[in-house]
Amino acid sequence: MASALINVPKKARRGDIIEIKTLMSHIMETGYRHTASGQVVPRDIVTSFTCRYNGEEIFRADLFPAIAANPFISFFTIATDSGKFDFEWIGDNGFSETASATISVE
Amino acid sequence: MRKPEVPTRRRFLRLAGSAAAIGAVPLASLRPAAATPDTMAAAIRTIVGTAAVQPGKVKLEIPPLVENGNTVPMNVSVASPMTTHDYVKSIHVFNEKNPQPNIGNFYLGPRAGRAQISTRIRLADSQKIIAIARLSDGSFWSASTEVVVTLAACTEEVM
Repeated sequence: MASALINVPKKARRGDIIEIKTLMSHIMETGYRHTASGQVVPRDIVTSFTCRYNGEEIFRADLFPAIAANPFISFFTIATDSGKFDFEWIGDNGFSETASATISVE
Repeated sequence: MRKPEVPTRRRFLRLAGSAAAIGAVPLASLRPAAATPDTMAAAIRTIVGTAAVQPGKVKLEIPPLVENGNTVPMNVSVASPMTTHDYVKSIHVFNEKNPQPNIGNFYLGPRAGRAQISTRIRLADSQKIIAIARLSDGSFWSASTEVVVTLAACTEEVM
């Protein structure tokens, strides 16, 4: 949990367009780098990010080695109901992290 | 009947040629595979199929001069009302010269309210970046920008 940073407004009015910012701590090793002795450093990246709002998927991303280390992703959604945002990151070598945030909508 | 080989000009050239070939292999394998405008076009085709991609509607914001290619802020927005009948389905970003042509695929929906995403990307070279948006009516719109990178990402050695 500590490896994710989430920024979601705590309160919003119904119908407001809100910005969600997410940051996941991850090396995002491209698989294209070499050690001084010429060996390839194996790829280790986050490949997928999903955001669900009260259980319904509202945003998803496929990530590639061209995404910088500690992937930052921001996007928008309409505040419809009070509830919970669930975030999920999935990556190489069985990497899987989740985080969540709550919002109250008036 | 074959004569035993004597050091001739032909033999010398053959030896020199094979030595050069052996020398060339490690050099080539050290260099990372690079995406080219062709592989980028192929990657775009896998997303859009045979549909036409029209310029417009998409706004791709990347600093034109980047000092460090390891982390480059990128912002893509699409002019769309984002209603249930007219919205942006996805945004796809491609590059010309990184080892892989894809940068990211971002899937939105009518609930997004605003078709805009931001992230940070890596650039291995000065190159052209293309963002393509798929709309709910099946049309594709694009924007591209040229970026100059002074310190490249991806290819440096790890200690």
